[in-house]
Amino acid sequence: MTTPRADRGRNPDRSPLNWLLLLPIAIPLIPPLFNSDEPRLFGIPMFYWLQLAFIILGVTSTTLVYRATRRSR
Amino acid sequence: MKTTEIVIFTLLFLVVSGMGFVAARWRRPKDLATLDEWGLGGRSFGSWITWFLIGGDLYTAYTFVAVPALIFGAGAMGFYAVPYTVVVYPMVMLVLVRLWSVSHVHNLVTPADFVRVRFGSPTLALLVAITGIVATMPYIALQLVGIEAVLKTMGLTGDLPLIIAFAILAAYTYQSGLRAPALIAFVKDSLIYLVILVAIIYIPAKLGGMGSVFDAAKAKFDATPAPGDGTLLNANNQLQYVTLAFGSALALFLYPHSVTGILASRNRNVIKRNMSALPAYSLLLGLIALLGYMAIAAGVTPIGKDNNTIVPQLFDKMFPDWFAGVAFAAVGIGALVPAAIMSIAAANLFARNIYREYFNRNASASQEATASKIASLVVKVGAVLCILLIDPQFSIDLQLIGGVIILQTLPSVGLGLYTRWFHRGGLIAGWATGMAAGMLLLYNIANPATNHDHFGSSAFPLSQLGFDTKITVYAGFLALIVNLVVAVLGTVVARALKSADGPDGTRPEDYFADKGDPRVHELETTAPAA
Repeated sequence: MTTPRADRGRNPDRSPLNWLLLLPIAIPLIPPLFNSDEPRLFGIPMFYWLQLAFIILGVTSTTLVYRATRRSR
Repeated sequence: MKTTEIVIFTLLFLVVSGMGFVAARWRRPKDLATLDEWGLGGRSFGSWITWFLIGGDLYTAYTFVAVPALIFGAGAMGFYAVPYTVVVYPMVMLVLVRLWSVSHVHNLVTPADFVRVRFGSPTLALLVAITGIVATMPYIALQLVGIEAVLKTMGLTGDLPLIIAFAILAAYTYQSGLRAPALIAFVKDSLIYLVILVAIIYIPAKLGGMGSVFDAAKAKFDATPAPGDGTLLNANNQLQYVTLAFGSALALFLYPHSVTGILASRNRNVIKRNMSALPAYSLLLGLIALLGYMAIAAGVTPIGKDNNTIVPQLFDKMFPDWFAGVAFAAVGIGALVPAAIMSIAAANLFARNIYREYFNRNASASQEATASKIASLVVKVGAVLCILLIDPQFSIDLQLIGGVIILQTLPSVGLGLYTRWFHRGGLIAGWATGMAAGMLLLYNIANPATNHDHFGSSAFPLSQLGFDTKITVYAGFLALIVNLVVAVLGTVVARALKSADGPDGTRPEDYFADKGDPRVHELETTAPAA
């Protein structure tokens, strides 16, 4: 990663919120968190509904990062 | 023969084919005979078109047929597709905007173009291009498997329907380029969303609720002797689940067709927005995956031994004829979009990184586009022959290998976007050993269930390395580690020997350029890899 230079070389993608992206990368890759039948939701085992719910986590963090680093023009 | 279904399928297929030809006039360019226009749709797609295009590109008909088939056969393991497609977007979000920027400043069309400019090595670029073409070819062939599964269920046997479908596809891709799949993607995805929403409400209701669906699945897996299946993961396949999801996520945007979709977008914001919009397809994929369990509960059996037919069979059994026709059309049309984009991406690699680099250095923009158009035809004919002449299982095996080999371009393409630390010699050595390691690992994976002594699956048992365990790991992941270690060592050695390194044609600020920046316009006409 290059260090930002004055103005022209400034990294427009830089934001402290970028760290949020680590959550939806790490959490879905930890099976003990979701590898269980109970509790069921609408009859669906936790293994399935919780992993589908992680999609919301992914959408939220990418949306926040987009809003923090988008180009207003 | 199922007349109602065939009529509806044919009708929708014809409508979509018409759209494919009309697409050449859509957002009409001054001149379609350049790679920018034919191969990247003028690099002008906004958020909506990009969403449909990339969605239709990544979530292919084969995925929609194969993931439920996997769940049907093995259970929880098949659900890896969900974490895979959740993890991928946050992971690549900031990487892809860098790729977009540098590609715009330097007028790059393929991942290999980028490697050429970044590392100044035609050899490394050629390796990346060949890897991309080889990994994409079987993927295109697999789209035919998706169509075939539907045709089989409708009672249409023989090769002719398949050949006709692909001939039409080839013709309008040749004429309209990337605009064709972009336009068709609207219809394809609307149909898929409709069918799946109906399926996910209607089918469980007929089967007594999701609870009994899962109970039926559990009962089936408990009754089989196979140790790896079940509705939950076990101690031995958790690591495989995680490494497969992670490794597949790393590989996804290394595929040339994914890059094509990204480079066709208008600006950086479009890409960033899509990273939070594309997971809608992941939800869809997760719901489709559950169709595999519904098939178990409904007592659906595949045609012959072909598990890929279980989703069409399920639709056929549960839906009224006319809606089954719509569902089949959704899958059939669903195969056309990715097949078109993949063939365009493979053709662009040929035109840019082989034809222009090695056969006609001074190729004009229109010669380059012609080379690509012809290559796209050749690629499609190859895919059809692959399916017709060779056992389709061979394509499935090849696609498995494809995922492992495309991962080997990660150090040069993915890491290359961030660092120029690697030496071209180190990267080439890493690629070569990574490929060899990947092949060796896959060769040593047997699968008694499908009667394979070699290339049985991507789950490599660690016991083969002498560990006393039943744990399995994704072979591509291991091969990538070998690749990275060799690339690092090779770089250190090359530097120590003061071996000449290629020039870096990019500047740090190139990776942040956006539409509207003077540099983007100013350089848009420069030749690649100057």
